[in-house]
Amino acid sequence: MTPQQVTLRVNGVLRDVLVAPSDTLLDVLHDRLGLKDVRYGCGEGVCGTCTVLLDGDPVSSCLMYAVQVEEREIVTLLGLLGEDEALHPLQEAFLRLGGSQCGFCTPGVILTAYSLAERTPRPSRDQIRYELGGSLCRCTGYTKIFDAIESYLEDRACIEEQALN
Amino acid sequence: MSDTTLVSRVGAPVVVPQAPPGREPDVTAPQVPSPRDDKPPVIDTPASAVAPMHVVGRPLAHHDFIDKVKGSITYAADWELPGMLYARIVRATVPSGRIVSVDTDKARSIRGVAAIVTAEDVPSNQLVERASGGLGELLVAMPVLAHDRVRFAGEPIVLIAAETQQIADDAAELVQIEYEELPGVFDPEAALLADAPLVHDEGNVLVSWHIQRGDAQAALEGADVVIEGEYRTQHVEHAYLEPEAGVGWIENDVITLRVSTQIIEHATEIAEILALPANKVRVIAAYMGGGFGGKEDMTVEPYLALLVWKSRRPVRMIWNRQESVLASTKRHPFVMRYKTGATKDGHIVAQDVDIIGDAGAYPFLSARIMFAGAALSCGPYFTPNVAVRSRAVFTNNVPTSAFRGFGAMQVTLGYESQMDRLAETLGMDKVEVRRRNFLHKGDLIPTGETLDTAVAVEETLRRALARLGDKSVPSGPLKRVGRGFGCNMQPYGRTIWFRDRSSAWLSLQADGTLLIRSGVTDFGAGQAASLCQIAAEILGVPLERISVYIGDTALTPPAGGTFATRQLYMSGNAVMKAALSLRERIVPVAADALGCAVADVEFEDGRVIPATSPGEGAGNPEGISLGELVRLCEARSVDPTVLFVFHAEANHRGFDPATGQGGSFPDYTYGTHAAEVEVDLETGEVQVLKYAACHDVGRAINPLRVEGQIQGGAMQGLGYALMEEIVLDEGRIASSLFANYLIPTSDDMPDVMVDIVESGEGKGPMNARGIGEPPIGNSAPTIANAIADAIGCRPTRLPITPERVLDLIEAANSKAALGSTGRPDPAWR
Repeated sequence: MTPQQVTLRVNGVLRDVLVAPSDTLLDVLHDRLGLKDVRYGCGEGVCGTCTVLLDGDPVSSCLMYAVQVEEREIVTLLGLLGEDEALHPLQEAFLRLGGSQCGFCTPGVILTAYSLAERTPRPSRDQIRYELGGSLCRCTGYTKIFDAIESYLEDRACIEEQALN
Repeated sequence: MSDTTLVSRVGAPVVVPQAPPGREPDVTAPQVPSPRDDKPPVIDTPASAVAPMHVVGRPLAHHDFIDKVKGSITYAADWELPGMLYARIVRATVPSGRIVSVDTDKARSIRGVAAIVTAEDVPSNQLVERASGGLGELLVAMPVLAHDRVRFAGEPIVLIAAETQQIADDAAELVQIEYEELPGVFDPEAALLADAPLVHDEGNVLVSWHIQRGDAQAALEGADVVIEGEYRTQHVEHAYLEPEAGVGWIENDVITLRVSTQIIEHATEIAEILALPANKVRVIAAYMGGGFGGKEDMTVEPYLALLVWKSRRPVRMIWNRQESVLASTKRHPFVMRYKTGATKDGHIVAQDVDIIGDAGAYPFLSARIMFAGAALSCGPYFTPNVAVRSRAVFTNNVPTSAFRGFGAMQVTLGYESQMDRLAETLGMDKVEVRRRNFLHKGDLIPTGETLDTAVAVEETLRRALARLGDKSVPSGPLKRVGRGFGCNMQPYGRTIWFRDRSSAWLSLQADGTLLIRSGVTDFGAGQAASLCQIAAEILGVPLERISVYIGDTALTPPAGGTFATRQLYMSGNAVMKAALSLRERIVPVAADALGCAVADVEFEDGRVIPATSPGEGAGNPEGISLGELVRLCEARSVDPTVLFVFHAEANHRGFDPATGQGGSFPDYTYGTHAAEVEVDLETGEVQVLKYAACHDVGRAINPLRVEGQIQGGAMQGLGYALMEEIVLDEGRIASSLFANYLIPTSDDMPDVMVDIVESGEGKGPMNARGIGEPPIGNSAPTIANAIADAIGCRPTRLPITPERVLDLIEAANSKAALGSTGRPDPAWR
């Protein structure tokens, strides 16, 4: 298959890369562009470790071809970091409350939670449970993941309230 | 009679009455040991609570967890090297057969294929596992690559390395293997029959352990009640989210592998396979994306090493998920048959237990796992007369090996179901029947050893039940709510005849920062991070000024692998003792500089300061920085570096397989889980409504991480109880899709409520106990007991799927309809 050049917009940076039509977005991000926070876990779209945000929505990059996403906005977990690699408050909450153990699922989990938080100001714990259904975690038992997400949402609501007053 | 004070994590110390159960005279036969020998009551825990510390005991988040939440950590599959090749393994497609021919010509002809390895190419094509430590398993060699015979579907036969993964995968498809299928055996009980096909010429029974104490037969005959039960468990997949992976290369003529492994010490076995001296293989452990025992045996290592050795180029090997489901080791299915004898007031007089474990096609660690199953088969209950037999049996199924809990977790379903049934039979309270039998410090366990640390299992039971709160009301007329609980004990540390040791090397540097080097591997449970907290506590170095280097056979002193809940116990002790020794060495220099007594030097916030209050003549009340202290030490030729080797208790006797008595494990962690479930009588579905877990961890080094271990273990246990099963049909896995292997998602189970007991007695650093494996053991009996409470019939086979629940209800109904002693027909039918 003839490789073709595509331009991917990843974490705000335009990257040119030669890809075969059959190259998955996961393989291109992980192997070609060096984004090790996008991880192979099953190749079936079941586990969520290859999750990226595509125009803001969480998708399984193992189920997409790189040629499908040219010029669209791709965000990986590393893309949430601020200046000087400052942790995003959501990442901070995961660190503080033990939402990450082996860490392999963490990018998919945080990106999915981030997307939920962007869409919904104060999701309930049950909504969080439901939304994270596509991100498997084998270490934490999920409780501390929910705790971390809720803590972030509470802090954010407080800050917003203060800003209004 | 004694009182025990335990400290609660969230409240004031609580005084818990720990009255030992009654020690009535023997009611069975005079020559048979009685429920409790006549010995004085023992105090289960010291009266003191654990004293607060500065860094240990705090829920600090640091080290690898920072990289993990950022996304910047690099796992085994994440390294790339110049000219790197990509690998694929060609595996057997039949469970039992003779290899007639292996044709790799077509594969070899594809452009981009760089190396192909078959059995003939392997310098020493065999692995001989001695998991029992020479105490009696068959010595059966496992080929690295199958040559004439295949014994399970998924057995590796050919290795390929190519310029791209696609080429390697394509070439693998073109390898042609012709088999002559042979009769196989797929059920361990069938494999025990005289005319069963032999998986190995040496025989189908890999090991048969016996643990004997007293006279179980006589005690059962004299018992007031005997409860008989049979329990069955299933093949389970570890399902770590990071598949088996690694990258290998040659550097300075050394085959170097950076892999996802629990044990870097496999380097010596890899060298043997390659017929190289051991100094020519180096293994580096990346932080694992989960292990749970599944990366305790070698996974990619020998195959990766062979391809690197053959191609002389860097190679990456990642097992794809379907390959991992197909061919990685699984948890042993157990068939357990229990006979429990007791007096009419509920004291256990004997246990007769027979366990059969399906080892699959090759030995792996089955011999040791079946020992753990045997040794722990009576649970945390005093059992004066014991007869246990535990066998690992070969089949042509996928091999089974280590998985969190290691044989000691399967038997919880047996002994905790038996306890509930004993209570039901005697019309006794389920808590009370356990209270009367709980082990206490000073008691003998079935192997004849005396427990020498606190047994706070009763306190864990009290707290777990308390966390459930008020009982829920069923959500509909055809729903039933029930409650259950399960207690357990799980060893931490290796079987003691392996004379375990671990080392740590600490260096205080000229700027006051600290380096810790120790060959531990890290699953994500905080193995490395906890070492920092322990060292910080003793040396007063701020956590951000400590770096820990782990898992490298070339650069870190050996720590013995992360398994058997041993790392905190072993390497935690090594680091603690290294830090104490370092402190002892440099404290005289500090005392001189501060003008105070050695005993008055405090290590805090990166400084040494005199404890004496101002005005009491201290020469230097401000203290000096650790950097300054190191420079003073160097000026006096005092070396601020310590290598410490910690040895597990050495004053033990080995286990004697002939008498079934002797040394087994260094110590145990005790706990209880409690659950409330709702069973749908129409669909058989079980919804877990509430779940609480409590374990005694001696002292929590990092309470947040302890909670995380308990919650995660409980959740894996819930998957095992209710959902997970690798279904095999005549040795073939029914589906290797991850989509078809159901593990709990975020939406399946309730939050796990956790309570931590700190008895202040454990053999780890600062009296900690290990908590890695223990919390997976309680879930299955907890759920089975809750379901039995809800519907009046008892699940004895895992996983407890809706179909099985419906079958149970139906069986109970037909029994009732036939007028037998089954439970009455539920009102809904």
